[in-house]
Amino acid sequence: MKNFEYAAPCSENEVLQLLSDQSGQTELLAGGTDLVGLMKKMIVTPDRVVNIMEVPTLKNIEAVDGGGVAIGATVTLDEILAHPYLEDYPAITDAILGINSMQLQSQGTLGGEILQRPRCWFYRNGQELLDTGQISGGDNRFHAIFGNNGRSKFVQSSRIAPALCVLAAEARVIGPSDSDIQMIPLLDLFRTPRQEGQREHTLLPNQLVTHLVLPPVNGGLNATYEVRQGAGPEFPLASAAVSLELDNQQRVHQARVVLGQVAPTPWSSAAAADALMGQPLDAQAAETAGLAAVEEATPLSHNGYKVQLAQVAVKRAILRAAGLETGGL
Amino acid sequence: MVLQDNDQTKEPMGPYQWPARKDTDVIGKDHDRLDGLVKSTGAAKYTYDVNLKNQLIAVALGCPHSHVRIKSVDSTAAEKVDGVVHVEVLEQGKEGKEVRWAGELLVVVAAESEGAAREGVANIKIEYEMLDVFTADDDLEAAQRAKRTTKGGNRIETEQEPGDDDDEDEFYEKEFVRLFKDAEIVHEGEYGIDAITHCCLEPHGATAVWEGDKLVVYLSTQNVSGTDDQFAGALGVTANDVEVRCDYIGGGFGSKFAPDYWGIAAARIAKKTGRPVRLMLDRDQELRIGGSRPSGYVKVKVGADKTGKLSVWDSHHWGTGGSGRGAVSIGVVPYVMVPPNRRSIATNINTNNAPVRAWRAPNHPQGCALSQTVIDDVAGKLGKDSYDVFMANLANCTNGKAEVYADQMKVAARLMDWKAKWHPHGKGAVKGSVVEGLGMGLHTWGGAAHPSTCTLKIHPDGSVESFLGSQDLGSGTRTVCAQVLAETLGLKVTDVTVNLGSSKYPISGPSGGSTTVGGVSQSHRRSAQDGLQKLFVLVAAKLGAKASDLIAAGGRIQTTDGNKSLSWKQACGLLGVTPLETTRSHERGKDGALSSSGVAGVQMAHVSVDKDTGVIRVNKFVAVQDQGLVINPKTCKSQISGAVIMGIAASIYEQRVNDPRTGLFLNSGSFDRDGYGLARLGDVGDIVVELYEPESERSRGVIGNGEPPAISPKTAISNAVANALGVRVPVVPMTPKRVLDALAKAAGKA
Repeated sequence: MKNFEYAAPCSENEVLQLLSDQSGQTELLAGGTDLVGLMKKMIVTPDRVVNIMEVPTLKNIEAVDGGGVAIGATVTLDEILAHPYLEDYPAITDAILGINSMQLQSQGTLGGEILQRPRCWFYRNGQELLDTGQISGGDNRFHAIFGNNGRSKFVQSSRIAPALCVLAAEARVIGPSDSDIQMIPLLDLFRTPRQEGQREHTLLPNQLVTHLVLPPVNGGLNATYEVRQGAGPEFPLASAAVSLELDNQQRVHQARVVLGQVAPTPWSSAAAADALMGQPLDAQAAETAGLAAVEEATPLSHNGYKVQLAQVAVKRAILRAAGLETGGL
Repeated sequence: MVLQDNDQTKEPMGPYQWPARKDTDVIGKDHDRLDGLVKSTGAAKYTYDVNLKNQLIAVALGCPHSHVRIKSVDSTAAEKVDGVVHVEVLEQGKEGKEVRWAGELLVVVAAESEGAAREGVANIKIEYEMLDVFTADDDLEAAQRAKRTTKGGNRIETEQEPGDDDDEDEFYEKEFVRLFKDAEIVHEGEYGIDAITHCCLEPHGATAVWEGDKLVVYLSTQNVSGTDDQFAGALGVTANDVEVRCDYIGGGFGSKFAPDYWGIAAARIAKKTGRPVRLMLDRDQELRIGGSRPSGYVKVKVGADKTGKLSVWDSHHWGTGGSGRGAVSIGVVPYVMVPPNRRSIATNINTNNAPVRAWRAPNHPQGCALSQTVIDDVAGKLGKDSYDVFMANLANCTNGKAEVYADQMKVAARLMDWKAKWHPHGKGAVKGSVVEGLGMGLHTWGGAAHPSTCTLKIHPDGSVESFLGSQDLGSGTRTVCAQVLAETLGLKVTDVTVNLGSSKYPISGPSGGSTTVGGVSQSHRRSAQDGLQKLFVLVAAKLGAKASDLIAAGGRIQTTDGNKSLSWKQACGLLGVTPLETTRSHERGKDGALSSSGVAGVQMAHVSVDKDTGVIRVNKFVAVQDQGLVINPKTCKSQISGAVIMGIAASIYEQRVNDPRTGLFLNSGSFDRDGYGLARLGDVGDIVVELYEPESERSRGVIGNGEPPAISPKTAISNAVANALGVRVPVVPMTPKRVLDALAKAAGKA
């Protein structure tokens, strides 16, 4: 770990003042479950670490006027699990429960979880994040099966981001100056880096996500399904989140499907959503949507099996949202 | 009266034996670990916890490449980092040296803090000449093309011997053709078991401090008594100048018998700097160089009769023990059940991985998996119950344990409810995409007691202490020693204190090969029996009784009729001011009635498999294990459960992944998805352990059980998955990818 300066500001404005406009010079510390490991391996070597856990405005879960919920960026995952406001958002709680680790759930924060760095084993072993041949010619069993035609072949690792995306969450982003406040649809926050050093999101180095704001679900259904090998905190091999609204004839009239762990960003599948439109919510519709979701998959040399897992994840997320048996382990 | 009795040449008293089952108060009874509380509260000081005043933290630079030659090393920038006190280029890091595996430590930086040491390491500049890399240990042809193979031996045995005039090669070729032609069923297949790595919770490492010319090393070791002289030899001092201490250890499993060059480096740097030095491997280094288990892959053809009993075995197996080390022994393929006609050929593959170290039952897990999955596939081919086919093959047992296995199979089948759950391979009920299956495996191990010396002190105030240079690997050694003393002296376990973990104590063997419990219970029983006899002499004089008429029980020493007695404390008060000290030893191979060797075990697994995702869950696992006389059933069962959990990990999750391009061990850095897979509590299902201890086994005395229960899990689980799917997933670990690939292949899709 490189020596660094440590700051623990107490307000959002103080945070902005402490952040550098140069990428990599400052890093935000929340739960630390990702950052500390990266710093110990010197994959990330900031000059200053800004601990945002002392900022009170980031720590709350609040109801939003007109419906919906705003969750502060440093709210811990177990606080979300226990909060009554989140009862209508099982897609989120499914994903948090899947983490299966009391330590990660009690220490990890929402902001940190969705903006964690890629788990790519080349990157975590000190190699470049983008492909220079090490990924396409190497062991890429856990890498992307979508959105991988450029040099980004890692997968976005957040467990919760697909759920937030299907729920149309927006990120409240502040900075660089005190007066800069904007709401960004979460899906737009993520991007596929095109050159080494580019982050996996569109935030400037001196911007801060303060809250994730969820609109009301208005009776809609939502769920997350992760294909996990074990019962521990291992990351899933593939996951999917869905949100669905039914018309009065119990047919789908609005659908969002976002896959996780399969692309450099949360991967929205319009094809799967389209396949559901107008359909009754049953096993056949789920199967068809699953197949549609993976039609355009472009697996790498070692990860063809993930195509089936992604298909199953979509199918089972739909079944789970509908309250039907998923049929698997 | 001479109360000191430390003369090792003096004839011990004996005869040494264990009380009958009906006569024990402590032995054979559950007892919590004596160190359970300090461990669970964090009060126990492991090597990793040692934090001495003025201590330097050392961090080592590991080679980032799999095969290189060092062109140049420049540590000047590292030396200038604030807080760095000392930089040492290790022998293998010097210019011109060839480094054959990634992770090999090249330079050590000792600093005032871990952060400064790491920053120092980051500032070391090394130029490497890149050399050829090979790590594809499953690909025999590729290894041959890369000239990375060496012969691993061969063994041919046939019922028909070649005649004097026969050309042997020609004879055997023809004979095996004939044997397969005569077989009622022939099966061919390829199977494998990947390399796994040691991943001790506490990594390897040491803290070394010099007190004048005397060295004290806090070492995470399985070999307290055997590492002081290794330090001494490397540092040019005598073993008498060195004390190795290890009160608690966070796992060893066969990988921690030596100081290792990094432990020596810590001691050397401590000498040079005049300060204590701590050098523990980090997680990445621990997995890369802390030791691994060889891989094994086999191409095999067998012939059998209609019962599934094998009549002929013909195999070629290969694998890697890393750089320059042998792989799976020819002696364990086939395993335990060896047909009368067999030809086994082994090839070692030299890869750019760190050399293997002993890993809980070296060779046996691979031999078991490479052999008994074949037997199970024969059962599948015949449409027979695997249980019956294993039973038929017990006729081929080569260790004389066929009857024990048969009995253990019955016990295991009852506990598993095998007959009710059984279905032919691939013919079970399907619930959604989930199928269930049953599988079994069986194993053998030696476990002969290692040498052990115990000094017993009975103090005039009634307190009792033992001293021995052994170590408690977490298996309950302290507790077992205390139980033996308590039983022998008629006391409670909490009345005695067991002191171990220092090389200054009487020598005890390394804890490897399941040898510890036999050794330490031997030395404790002997010293306690003889010490008690000495005390009886004093008590007899006091009571006006015969020493031979005295017994120790319930905290008293009394005549057998119970008419005369002294409390233990009163009896010890007769010692005056001098403790009674008795030192007794056990020599390997001289077991007598207290210990022996040679055990058998049978394991069965019940699994569920999701055919759509390839995910496997172990629902229930039954382990029936013989280990002679059991001192503490609780710790014994715990040891077996731990072995089963390790086996489940190796069956489903655990795998060293080498990058095909660079050879790098890609998943060494963590335990998450892209890291090294291990089983979690939610993954292990219901583990049922049955200690197999009929009088026929109990009467053999104490035998270790650290290794044997770790042998069969891969076999039992692989067989259960094959039973569930009707398709063999040929290589363990059976990852979702491998399960789906096997299903696709069987369906003709791949």
